[in-house]
Amino acid sequence: MNFNEPTIDYAGISPIIALTVGLCVVLLSAVFKPVKRWAPALTLLTLAAAAGLLIWQWGESKELVAGALRIDDLAITISLIAILTAAFCVVLSTREPAAEETGSGEYHALLLGSVLGMVLLAEAQNLVSFFVAIETLSIPLYVLCAANLRREGSLESGLKYLIVGSLGSATLLYGMAFLYGGSGSTDFLGIAAGTAHGGLIDDPLILVGIGMCAVGLAFKTSIAPFHQWTPDVYEGAPTPITSFMAVATKAAAFAVFLRFFDVALGPQVDQWQPALAVLAAVSIVVGNVGALGQDSLKRMLGYSGVAQAGYMLGGIVVASESGVNALVFYLAAYAFMNLAAFAVIIARERETPFGDDIRGVRGLGAERPLLAWPLTIAMLALAGLPATAGFIGKLYLIEALVEADYTWLAVFIAVGTMISLAYYLRVVAAMWMRPEGEPAATPVIAGASPEADPIDPEAGRRIYLVGPALVAAAATIFFGVIPQPLVEFAERAGASLF
Amino acid sequence: MINALLWAPLAFGLVGLFLPKRAVGWWATLGAVVTLTIAVVMVFDFDSGSSGLQHSVDTPWISGLGVDYSLGIDGLNLFLVVLTALLWVGGTAFAAFREWERPQLFYLLMLLAETATLGSFLAQDLLLFVLFFDFMLVPFYFLFGAWGSDREGGPSASAATLKMMIYTLIGSLLMLVGAIAAAIISADGGHLTFSIAAIQQQGLDVDSQRWIFWFFAAAFLVKMPAFLLHGWMPDAYRAAPLPVLVVFSGVLAKVGAYGFLRVVLPIFPDATVEFQEVILVIALASILYGSVMAFTQTNVRLIAGYSSVAQLGFITAGIFALRADGADGAILQMVNHGLVVAPIFIIVAILVERTGTEDIREMGGMALRAPVLAALFLIVALATLAMPGSANFIGEFYILNGLFQEKVVFACIAITGVAMSAYYALRLYQHAMHNRLPDGIASREIGLRDAVVLAPLVLCILGLALYPQLILHRTAPTVQQTVANVTGGDAPEAELAKR
Repeated sequence: MNFNEPTIDYAGISPIIALTVGLCVVLLSAVFKPVKRWAPALTLLTLAAAAGLLIWQWGESKELVAGALRIDDLAITISLIAILTAAFCVVLSTREPAAEETGSGEYHALLLGSVLGMVLLAEAQNLVSFFVAIETLSIPLYVLCAANLRREGSLESGLKYLIVGSLGSATLLYGMAFLYGGSGSTDFLGIAAGTAHGGLIDDPLILVGIGMCAVGLAFKTSIAPFHQWTPDVYEGAPTPITSFMAVATKAAAFAVFLRFFDVALGPQVDQWQPALAVLAAVSIVVGNVGALGQDSLKRMLGYSGVAQAGYMLGGIVVASESGVNALVFYLAAYAFMNLAAFAVIIARERETPFGDDIRGVRGLGAERPLLAWPLTIAMLALAGLPATAGFIGKLYLIEALVEADYTWLAVFIAVGTMISLAYYLRVVAAMWMRPEGEPAATPVIAGASPEADPIDPEAGRRIYLVGPALVAAAATIFFGVIPQPLVEFAERAGASLF
Repeated sequence: MINALLWAPLAFGLVGLFLPKRAVGWWATLGAVVTLTIAVVMVFDFDSGSSGLQHSVDTPWISGLGVDYSLGIDGLNLFLVVLTALLWVGGTAFAAFREWERPQLFYLLMLLAETATLGSFLAQDLLLFVLFFDFMLVPFYFLFGAWGSDREGGPSASAATLKMMIYTLIGSLLMLVGAIAAAIISADGGHLTFSIAAIQQQGLDVDSQRWIFWFFAAAFLVKMPAFLLHGWMPDAYRAAPLPVLVVFSGVLAKVGAYGFLRVVLPIFPDATVEFQEVILVIALASILYGSVMAFTQTNVRLIAGYSSVAQLGFITAGIFALRADGADGAILQMVNHGLVVAPIFIIVAILVERTGTEDIREMGGMALRAPVLAALFLIVALATLAMPGSANFIGEFYILNGLFQEKVVFACIAITGVAMSAYYALRLYQHAMHNRLPDGIASREIGLRDAVVLAPLVLCILGLALYPQLILHRTAPTVQQTVANVTGGDAPEAELAKR
């Protein structure tokens, strides 16, 4: 019996090794008292090392571990977005009650575990590694959502995410089994070869498999109608974790979404294209309408995330190089816009008794301009107004859609954007336009009991909250005015897939 | 130089952030004056014989997407740029005499709005145009919402501005889709470019023109606003701070009309001819509806606002006469209307300060003690109703002349609008200035400071009345070419322009 040992390209998997080693070190640091408080610094160091190694691999395009993984510019760009978000999350978690309750070491180790899953997912090229990666990503997040042990909302959020997430994973796994049965391969390229001969309609096995995989992925990327968990989980989870989930999970899940549909199912493009387009349109409508009238900013951003996922799905629908470019650009822009918004929400959550309620930002323009500006810029960018990265992102997506003859979906994006103005500008209006509301009498958000989250009246001046907000907002404006660097970044990803 | 013109206001606004509260208003005014100076220099530099672009700048901006940073001046936008710069001087100076909360931010937004508006006039790249067109709204959103006034029993300032944003962005976002579609379809798989000239040259098939035309028309008609799409206007006008309304009403509406000349006529010639009558009907409806509303309203802001609807109807009709003289008249009338509506809002602001009300039924008798104010107001009012001898008369005459030769019936209906404008302009003047002075209201003469702002604008009206050729002469060649492109080369020449 011959056993062919796969050749391992250590350079290619070096970012994964770095993250794994860092994870172990951070976890162990929790055990030793003197180094306990270094956990955030160690995490940042690990992320920096992984990012450095990824940049070192920039431009490579090779199969790793016998084709289970593949490192190329798409994987690298998406991993960099995830790592950047994680770094923001670490900074924003400074003095976060959730991190202190769970234990700083554990909290950060879980975060690194999730990042590891994302990097793996972005590189996954095989159904098995795809599934393992998505679980590596999700399981730490279930725990992190419930990290705020003394808040009922957080525990509820963790449990809900666990149940819904498991359902999504199970559906995905079931779909994979069908797909393997129908095509005879677990490898993406093998599936492409195995299904190339006939249409999907001819083979119900494959059709069901693809449908279930799409549903599983839609759960992870919170695309309607599989989004119901999103607002609840976003609202309950500790806010730094929410920001991480909103951006990084979405980026990683979209990366595998792209690879799965554009590579494994590339030959069948005509068959899944209309289905995904409808899914995108539904998501745009449901997300935007759902966000109207939400008073909790985190819920609002949750619904807005559903709508934005619908826009981004447009980048997959078109199945073209410019679609991938547009999607990667949008994901990067989305990261900056959302991080700026969440940083401000975190600051206000710790500073006022209102939690993440919109009342918490009333009169912010006069009271804390340094917080009001980032949130304003984030809202305008999410609404896609010019001179922000959000506008260029929409422009890019619409261009890709029109090119692929999906102008109707582009019109949906335009209409959705219009609806979205109503809720994004409501936040802006609360900050700048309404007079200061009645003095705060009682906290309004369930579970935000003062014992659990002590109020820090100076939170709005803390550099570790204001700094990230300003950096992310500045990046949003910068890439809105000088988008060329980010366009080139995104173009690398597209070139690697087509 | 064109870059300096575009970015000077923003640069002054940003520096103003670091100035003390008392100085920033004057600094902003200085910024507006500098911009005006550059604009005036451009008029003297302008080669009136040429129909092409002058002072143009063209560098790639987002090369991956085919978007260029491309600006230029020709007969279509030269005087709209000057008008913009002039009215901003008026609006900013008028504001500088008054106290504002957070003045640094107020003037930054004010000047940012000027840059955005100039940008949409100067842009020669379709996407850059759309970008500036959309972006114009952002500073005005903040200016209206944060410095505007809530109305008793009506929507708050922020609600009114939200309505404005949603209304106007409905059109603008569809326009973004339309712009991208126009570029992609015209490139036909080749090199993607958003240059208006290039898209015009490559041409679009008639079917695509049909639907993209409406995406653009929607944006422009909302902005004007035209009849049925004006729902945002009354609330927004009542909420807006008056110095801001001076520039908003004077310039922003013109961007919509200008968009037809700059984008729609060149890129969608076939659709323009096909839908000529539909747009003309909308324009006539705007004239009639705006006029009727203007002489039934009692709020001074709304009288001015609805009169703008009517005037913009005239301008649209002039453009869609698809004759050189109609379009010439439309451009002249755009400048004229800006020049009269801005002083009207300044006068309204002065009246409101004196009487404490915006209702003309509660005003009156101002003229007795304030002859200078009354005289200035009278000149403006007479110009508004297009008294023979005013430039507005010449503008409307050109428009009607063009329309008459093309569509007689439409012209006949439009003429009633001229008669109605006499009624609402004189009604506004009489109620405010004549009659008995209501109790408890002091009639005071216009202050020297406000006179300094108002007088130059009125002088411009008079100057233009004496010498409208200043504008007509320079716009004619470009207009001629734009219209000829639609009608297929045999555009009837503007006989009047040669006179």
